[in-house]
Amino acid sequence: MKPAPFAYHRPETLEAALAALAADPHAKVLAGGQSLVPLLSMRLAQPSALVDINALPGLDGIEVDETGVRIGALARHAAVLASPEVRRVQPLVSLALGHVAHATIRNRGTTVGSLVHADAAAEMPVVLSLLGGSVRVASVRGQRDIAAAELVLGPLESSLAPDEIAVSAFFPALPAGAGVAFEEVARRHGDYALCGVAALAHGARVAAGYVSVGDVPTVVDLSGVPAGERGAAALAQLDPQADIHATAAYRAQLVRVLTERVVESAVSSARGES
Amino acid sequence: MTTKLMGQGVQRVEDQRFLRGQGRYVDDVAVDPATLHAAVLRSPHAHARIVDIDVDAVLDLEGVHAVWTHEDLTGPMAEPLPLLIPHPALTHGRTQYALARDEVNYAGEAVAFVVADDRYLAEDALDRIRVTYDVLAPVVGIDAARAADRLVHDDVPGNVGARMEQGTGDAQAAIAKAPHRLELDLTVERSACTPLEGRGTVARWDPDSNRMQVWTSTQSSTGVRAVVAVKLGLDLGQVDVITPDVGGGFGVKINHPWPEELLVPLAARTLGRTVKFTEDRREHFVSSAHERGQVQHIEVGFDDDGRLLGLDVEFWHDHGAYTPYGLIVPIITSTQLLGPYKPEVYRVVFESLYTNTVMVTPYRGAGRPQGCFAMERTMDAIAAYLGKDRAEVRATNFIQPDEFPYDQGLIFQDGRELEYDSGDYPASLEKIKALVGWDDFPAFQKEMAAVGRKVGIGLACYVEGTGVGPYEGAHVHIETTGKVKVATGLTTQGQGHATVFAQLVADELGVRFEDVEVVTGDTRRMPYAVGTFASRAAVMSGSAIHLAARRAKEKVLKIAADALEAAEEDLQIVDGVVSVKGSPGTALDLGTVSVLSNPLRYAFDEASKAATQFSVGDPGKPPVPEDEEPGLEGRDFYSPERATFASGMHAVIVETDPDTAEITILKYAVVHDCGRLINPMIVEGQIHGGVAQGVAGALYERMAYDENGQLQNASFMDFLMPYVTEVPDGIDIDHLETPSPLNPLGIKGAGEAGVIPSAAVFAAAIEDAERIPITAMPISPSELFHLRQEHTP
Amino acid sequence: MSEELHDVRLRVNGASYDLRVPARRLLSDALRHDLGLTGTHVGCEHGVCGACTVLLDGAPVRACLMLAVSAQDQEVTTVEGLGNADGSLSNVQQGFAECHGLQCGFCTPGFLTTITAGLRDNPTPTHEECRDMIAGNLCRCTGYQNIVKAVERAAELGLETPEDGS
Repeated sequence: MKPAPFAYHRPETLEAALAALAADPHAKVLAGGQSLVPLLSMRLAQPSALVDINALPGLDGIEVDETGVRIGALARHAAVLASPEVRRVQPLVSLALGHVAHATIRNRGTTVGSLVHADAAAEMPVVLSLLGGSVRVASVRGQRDIAAAELVLGPLESSLAPDEIAVSAFFPALPAGAGVAFEEVARRHGDYALCGVAALAHGARVAAGYVSVGDVPTVVDLSGVPAGERGAAALAQLDPQADIHATAAYRAQLVRVLTERVVESAVSSARGES
Repeated sequence: MTTKLMGQGVQRVEDQRFLRGQGRYVDDVAVDPATLHAAVLRSPHAHARIVDIDVDAVLDLEGVHAVWTHEDLTGPMAEPLPLLIPHPALTHGRTQYALARDEVNYAGEAVAFVVADDRYLAEDALDRIRVTYDVLAPVVGIDAARAADRLVHDDVPGNVGARMEQGTGDAQAAIAKAPHRLELDLTVERSACTPLEGRGTVARWDPDSNRMQVWTSTQSSTGVRAVVAVKLGLDLGQVDVITPDVGGGFGVKINHPWPEELLVPLAARTLGRTVKFTEDRREHFVSSAHERGQVQHIEVGFDDDGRLLGLDVEFWHDHGAYTPYGLIVPIITSTQLLGPYKPEVYRVVFESLYTNTVMVTPYRGAGRPQGCFAMERTMDAIAAYLGKDRAEVRATNFIQPDEFPYDQGLIFQDGRELEYDSGDYPASLEKIKALVGWDDFPAFQKEMAAVGRKVGIGLACYVEGTGVGPYEGAHVHIETTGKVKVATGLTTQGQGHATVFAQLVADELGVRFEDVEVVTGDTRRMPYAVGTFASRAAVMSGSAIHLAARRAKEKVLKIAADALEAAEEDLQIVDGVVSVKGSPGTALDLGTVSVLSNPLRYAFDEASKAATQFSVGDPGKPPVPEDEEPGLEGRDFYSPERATFASGMHAVIVETDPDTAEITILKYAVVHDCGRLINPMIVEGQIHGGVAQGVAGALYERMAYDENGQLQNASFMDFLMPYVTEVPDGIDIDHLETPSPLNPLGIKGAGEAGVIPSAAVFAAAIEDAERIPITAMPISPSELFHLRQEHTP
Repeated sequence: MSEELHDVRLRVNGASYDLRVPARRLLSDALRHDLGLTGTHVGCEHGVCGACTVLLDGAPVRACLMLAVSAQDQEVTTVEGLGNADGSLSNVQQGFAECHGLQCGFCTPGFLTTITAGLRDNPTPTHEECRDMIAGNLCRCTGYQNIVKAVERAAELGLETPEDGS
């Protein structure tokens, strides 16, 4: 399976990259390529050009401070996962990243790339939504921040304009007294989840984000719902679909089971229990 | 010092090149800018008439050299591909054309063939071909095939390719008279071999010598050679087929010719260039072959001990759109279903059905897993009905050690009697029970239940007919350097043949293992061969090689006896040196014997001077004796009267998650009897691989066709081939050796054993954990969840 | 109109190669067909099987998911570059030979590169870590049992005879 032909640019400055994108509305950005290249090889995507941003300087940073974690567009999943600072300031990012594909894919794939790919079956977009993070994008028209809630328009469709490049993503820090947890059920090690749940508990607020349950990353508010009822409460706000690996009913069962487990785990973690 | 290599875990010679990345698989052959590359346009529809194919836009593309459709094929190339194994019961066999003629019958069928400078350009060319189809509603699944509201082939009524019955008597009557009766309805879903390396073919036409050279990733070099010659109008002698290193076969590469195996040589000759076709992963899913899909109905009559008084099996086999491999798979199901048991009366009937899906040819086990599933589920059902131990019911039905050879009264897949030569099923049962802890399990199960955990144990037995004919051959040549060159015509896909066969030659000839070199699958070196399938290589080629080496040794001894002026029976060959026993000074190395074996007029080096006419020979006798040939070679063939029967038993302990229905393997045990082992390390490797495919087939892999005949999981993302994390962490293996009386080394085949009882053993274990009947395999957590819902009061 | 070609310098196994390839040429194909380094194998071209795994600046990546033009200025190590300078097998390769960790050999290069990096980063892996190290590579022949043993044996050999000169 070989890609169809495309023009190729490997700019060395962000300005040049933005200009190349602006000049060609059918061009796509190439960062890690772990999602894009298979689509090219299968000819499911046939962009006129690729703008390879791997040579752009300064985009691979992972900046951590007490407000949160800012991950540059070229920071590989592996680097983010290996960062003890990220784990300290926002452990949910590290927890979820361990479930993203396999180590070899994580060596090349980028976290920002995963966010912008907007796949509801991916872990990181849901984590961003749950934490209320954002993605910073740039174009010839300037720079803007897109809040997680506005990032995904539909399956595999982000709200970035065709001439915008995501330059970084921001995950807010875990506040003191808050707890997070993540768990997913997949058929094989490293597969897309049949169902994954990320949970955040902070004071009275309890929320859960769902991987592979809707068309878009979905967050459900479970504040005030007691243990044992959380699964049903979540399901009431979700519409699990069927695919070749799981019926809708089974997926719903996983939502029930994982919601209970993961939310309880986040709540315990918030209470300081491990 | 001599240590026999038979039975030793000798490290493999193949590894030296594989580990360095120096293997030569078909896509590694002719890596050269001058080689042209092919791509195939495949039907997107499962069933359609071809109205028009417009290729006008293709040749405008720079770098594209040619495009073929069926219209461009002439003579034998325009006719359907051969039906490889005809059978009287296959009354409505059908095969595809090299390129679809008027219609397509599965999504993936080859419609056009393009040759270009590289694969990228060839795929660009495919995008420019415009095919107009008249789409027809397809037949998908066994139920639809049986209902026959629509037909796959207009001239095949009821979608029935064949109906075949075999039996030993009136099973229905026996069942009617029996004290107890049961009925089971079972389903096995379709799966596939999916070797890591797909199919590929390279061909080069040499106009200087008028010869066609073909490299192809096949399990039968001679099979491909014969068809290429016929289809291209060449003499057999003009065609060479060389099997390169093959990255796995597991059965799918025994089918031949693939359309590409003919189109590539045709293109090579037409264009006067080396042409290569390497399929991609998606193509392997949609245009190679699948297997396993069956629906089964079993009726059984038994007594209070669970002894089988009458067994009546009817099944429906989905063979896909075409039947190039005949009825081998369902015939194997019919016959090997009996396993190690001896029902009083047995009848089996099957219908082999067409569907608009990828065709079905053997996949490791080749119908045995389905037969084992049917029989072992029946055994478990009988045990449950009678409240008896499942091992005990099986033991009651075993053929006993003193009953061999045991004639089951049926005809096997080789056209010969199904007669088991040797085995010891009671001993195997004792071993598997001990290995898995069968007797202790009920207590363990109770313990687990007390803490809310569900565990279950399963047991399954199988018998495998291995080493089927018609024959294999071997050629052993001792060169003047003392090196031994061995050739056998069947092929290798990772079984370590070059190592295993070298062990046999080293033992028989008395040479060093390092001095033996084995080539397989090259028609230039051994043109008489059948192929690698049905766990036959060790038995067939092993025996032939052993016999050929013996012939070479006989000649060595004869010549050496003469040269050393000793009696043949006083000679020994150790590490390639012939000497008189007890008299080490009187010795001759094999290289010298080789020199002496070929009386020369012209010396070509120092050593060969010893064989020239003024140096050697009795002037009163002809230089080459009457019934001899020059040179130090041995050639022999092994052609058995019937197959030899390996056997084994597997047991598994699983745990099922009460909430998510995920299935975890706690313990997997294997007892395995393949007669005498040539290389135990390699045999164990085969068992490990077979078990992994078995686990995969029981819990993860299936072909997910939708009602439009589209394969929804045509990639490794959604066809769930297991990683290390999905197979058991460690397999407990114990061996039994009941030698085969049918071949000189007493060996039986080992290649397929690991996968045969898997569906049965997992179904049994999950049923034991859940107390829910498991009648369909494979099973996923989602499916187990639904079964639980259905069975909740 | 023919396709635009790009100049790219690839550094593979310590040697430099200047290529002119289309942008769409996958790294796996460039290694195999443009450089003749056929040890890296192609099993799926969608990044799942791992047969094409090479090291990029020492880290395992899927060569089928990279464009050759993207590998400019990076060090690529393929299976052909794993052996010792004198042609003998590395510890990882030796582990595989001793433990029968391969059958058809097609998936093997991807395992070898992955494990070479894995043991370099973690020379004393636990049994679980050995399994985890290879959990992203598919093998159809061996059933993985002996591959795990090969990793453990390679780790043993690495402690006995370290290859980094220490």
